[in-house]
Amino acid sequence: MERHITLPLAEELARSLRAGDRVYLTGPVYTSRDAGHKRLCEALARGEKLPFDPKDATIYYVGPTPAPPGKVIGAAGPTTSGRMDAYAPTLLSQGVRGMIGKGARSHEVVEAMIRYGGVYFGAIGGAGALLAKRVKRSRLIAYEDLGAEALRCLEVEDMPLYVVIDSLGQNLYELGRAAYLESI
Amino acid sequence: MRELDVAEITACLERLCVRANTQLPEDVRVALDRCAAAEPWPLAREILSDIRENYQTAKAENFPICQDTGMACVFLEIGQDVHLTGGDLEEAVNMGVRRGYVGGYLRASVVADPIRRGNTGDNTPAMLYTELVPGERVKITLCPKGFGSENMSAIRMLKPSAGRQGIEEFILETVEAAGPNPCPPMVIGVGLGGTFDKAAYLAKVALLRPLDQPNQDPYYAEMEAALLKKVNALGIGPQGFGGRTTALGLNIEVLPTHIAGMPCAVNISCHVTRHAWEVL
Repeated sequence: MERHITLPLAEELARSLRAGDRVYLTGPVYTSRDAGHKRLCEALARGEKLPFDPKDATIYYVGPTPAPPGKVIGAAGPTTSGRMDAYAPTLLSQGVRGMIGKGARSHEVVEAMIRYGGVYFGAIGGAGALLAKRVKRSRLIAYEDLGAEALRCLEVEDMPLYVVIDSLGQNLYELGRAAYLESI
Repeated sequence: MRELDVAEITACLERLCVRANTQLPEDVRVALDRCAAAEPWPLAREILSDIRENYQTAKAENFPICQDTGMACVFLEIGQDVHLTGGDLEEAVNMGVRRGYVGGYLRASVVADPIRRGNTGDNTPAMLYTELVPGERVKITLCPKGFGSENMSAIRMLKPSAGRQGIEEFILETVEAAGPNPCPPMVIGVGLGGTFDKAAYLAKVALLRPLDQPNQDPYYAEMEAALLKKVNALGIGPQGFGGRTTALGLNIEVLPTHIAGMPCAVNISCHVTRHAWEVL
């Protein structure tokens, strides 16, 4: 099914999405990857607030290339999500609802998604030039010293994604592959 | 003896960093086009179409194809009749990478220490390989290597009794474990023989060989084709969403090895398998 969605991502809407859905997201997404996730979870462990409102937020696992003159952002495709598995359940428990990345997730992340009503979206890995075109604004929020790994708020418009894992735990990697193999 | 100022190597690398990261090599483009035409699964065709549009956009706009502009793997083939002047070669190489990445708006993806981390800010140091060859030319090859795929690579010291079947099983096991993580369709580099370290090096070198050039040894050319067919029967498909096109190519590089061993390294790469070279 094709869905056009405006962020932030409400729980009811998130729970209605199904693995394999083609979705186009419009609104704010927060960039964070390895070092940024470590800092977010360290802040929570110290009892501090996060530098952004996690309620119904969507995090994009991306470390873009620097924006060339006249551009909003550089190449901006997804990084491998599995490296954020150690941190994702904590962030989901804080209200984060959407994750955008590529690649497999751990059992613990899927369990947390089912519990809190989270969705895992896949962007096309390696399509950094195309995805950059869907970013209309980029604003630094925190962790500037991390360079490409800094926490930014990106305003995206019709960002093309696939629902890879839904809040029931259904997984496009398994379903898509099985359906293809059955077809041949 | 010919003299060559290392400043020319710096300038050359600066050019190569930008070219390699914005223009996909022709052999990879041709492989993508061919696989897209032969792909029977609709979702896979959709993904391959986007991937092709992406590299076309990057070339047209002089924009990085992928945000992971990689670690700069630099291969220097230095003619033994060349005298390098003007400074330290390694510094000259790193200066070229620094200028190429910073000036070319490419991502600085290197941390100074594996445990303590800390971005070096300019994508240096390069991973430098030098080889002495006959003649008075210097060939410089740059391979920006992304880590989504590098992380899915593996090496195994197989027993000779495992034979060809053991090698094939290990390669397929590595591809299966990689699954959707390395941005399939992948390119698979296999290093076979030598020592532990040489096998890994060969696997990286295998990724530099154009995908339309089979191994010169007919035995390994046949093995490359047969293994690619087996990889593409796994059904992982583009991005891991299912389909025929799990890999665009599989290259095997081979060296003699010890009577007791059969090292096999598998270096996984992605559909943005980049390399650019120049001869000075």
